[in-house]
Amino acid sequence: MLRLENATKVYRRPGKEVRALDDCSLDAAPGEFVAVQGPSGCGKTTLLLVAGGLLRPGGGRVTLDGADPYTLSPEDRARWRSESVGFVFQQFHLVPYLTVLDNVLAASLARRSGDAMERARGLLDHFSLTDRADHVPAELSTGERQRVALARALLNQPKVILADEPTGNLDGASADRVLGHLADFASNGGTVLLVTHDPRAAGYAPRTVHMVDGRLTDGQESLETAAVEGA
Amino acid sequence: MTVWRLVAKEIGYRRLNFALGAVAVLGAVACVVAVLTLLTGHRLRAEQIGDDQAARTEDVGLNLKDDARRIMLELGYNVLILHKDQDLGEFYAHGGASKLMPEAYAETLAKSRVVVVRHLLPSLQEPVVWREQNEPIILIGTRGEVPQSHLDPKKPMIAAVPKGTMVLGSVLAQKAGLEVGQEVKLLDRAFTVGKIHERRGNEDDVTAWIDLAAAQELLGKPGRINAILALGCLCVKEIPGGVSKQITSILKDTQVIELVREAAIRRATRSAAGSRAEQFVALDKAGRESLRAEREALAAWLVPLVVLGCIVWVGLLALGNVRHRRTEIGILRAMGVRAGQILAIFLARALVVGFIGAVVGYAVGFAVAAAWDVREAGGTALGGQAVGAAALFAPVLLVATLVLAPLLSAMASLVPAMMAAQQDPAIVLREE
Repeated sequence: MLRLENATKVYRRPGKEVRALDDCSLDAAPGEFVAVQGPSGCGKTTLLLVAGGLLRPGGGRVTLDGADPYTLSPEDRARWRSESVGFVFQQFHLVPYLTVLDNVLAASLARRSGDAMERARGLLDHFSLTDRADHVPAELSTGERQRVALARALLNQPKVILADEPTGNLDGASADRVLGHLADFASNGGTVLLVTHDPRAAGYAPRTVHMVDGRLTDGQESLETAAVEGA
Repeated sequence: MTVWRLVAKEIGYRRLNFALGAVAVLGAVACVVAVLTLLTGHRLRAEQIGDDQAARTEDVGLNLKDDARRIMLELGYNVLILHKDQDLGEFYAHGGASKLMPEAYAETLAKSRVVVVRHLLPSLQEPVVWREQNEPIILIGTRGEVPQSHLDPKKPMIAAVPKGTMVLGSVLAQKAGLEVGQEVKLLDRAFTVGKIHERRGNEDDVTAWIDLAAAQELLGKPGRINAILALGCLCVKEIPGGVSKQITSILKDTQVIELVREAAIRRATRSAAGSRAEQFVALDKAGRESLRAEREALAAWLVPLVVLGCIVWVGLLALGNVRHRRTEIGILRAMGVRAGQILAIFLARALVVGFIGAVVGYAVGFAVAAAWDVREAGGTALGGQAVGAAALFAPVLLVATLVLAPLLSAMASLVPAMMAAQQDPAIVLREE
């Protein structure tokens, strides 16, 4: 169970204070696909980074199966990430000089495993990328790149996938494919937290929460407010 | 996936950055290796030249000493052995000794193994009037050197006068109107003029030399001599007094006149000949050492400067590499790659840069030094033979290069690598 309890994050800059997370609480159980929908700049990415053990919240608590990663040392927290969390980003963030296979295997740098190669090839097969295994990212379509990024996120068999606008750069068919894979991961017992401003992407998640100015709400009112602000 | 595989892939992708770093290390290593190898070569060649010079100087010195020995022979460190009752005043006044000794004394001395005495010349010398020419002359009967079987055979200093022949001083020959090959009579005995000396400017100019036996017969003194000229040991450390003591202990009724002044001149001449050669060697050696000191002084600031420049350059390239890979570092950290592993990735890359640069740089530097060695050997700065690649090769320098260059490269990249390791992935990913 991924749980955020009253998580708060404030960015302070000279003469300005941005409340990116404002007393956010969220539970996402294993097998649950949760979409966090909101306009740009509402704090979605910050929510994801906090949930993924990359950004310590200013207040509140984050736990995964009861364990708070922010009580760990930086090295142990990195290990926790490698074991528990997979990230997928809008910009894919593939390593440009590695082949598709090596990009997927890059995750094994963080968590050594004897069967990493076998799993990597299995993932490439699952995502229909086998014939692209020896290609570098520059030779792939955007949809293929995102599937490589997804395969990389899944290599270490995480409990949670944190996806930040994964379909933002994809055409409709590619987006459907990626979102379908995320749904598959959730249906197999994983937890997916998808942040997006795209209602169509959010539609893939059985549960959607809305975020406005750093606050999470489940109500339609907030959604309408967000839509007005987004316009 | 391993750190080394990641490093290898990245090097293949960012070849320019890698090449610039490796070339910097290569240049620095080549410079250091070339300078140090050249200094080694210079030292070896200086030693080689020094040895050759010393050997040549020794030869020259020996030749000079030999020349001096020959030149000084007639003055030589000689002793004159006379009868012990010979009045020296009379000897000097009349140009000859009146007291006689048995000719056998010469053999006795020759067989006595007196090491310091060489070249024994028994003679019978007497002023006479050459009746046939109506000229007062000094007649010397000589038989040449008495062989000393215990010594290494040497070429005689003074050759015997062949029987039936006569050697004349220049003034005497001129006054008598004699020439080589001419038959002449001396005290009613026939001789052939065998040789006429050049003018010497002393009593030799009015001297006639004949075979000792003939002289003994002419003068009515068979088996007798009145002097033995003994040429002493050439060793300058010999004490003249020691020679006298040795001789008189063997020939009891003799006295020995030591020609000390002449010996001193001889010693001084030989010493001067030797010291001139040594001075030449010393000057040459000082010149080489001065040149070597200049090169070492140049190396003393050039080597650190080049190494420092290389460190700065490699550090800047590493910093650029870190900045280029900011997002990559961020995503790796997000995936759980630890800061220590990020540090290792950049340090491993620096080690590869340093190692490749060291290997190629050593080869280049050594080749330059070897070529320079050949060039310099043919030039005028030092001369001498090329030391050769085998002598120039120093395994310690190779090992030190292959160890230190990667280490220095890693040190130069340490700060950028630490910056990469400390990079906050959240900031990077949020900005991206």
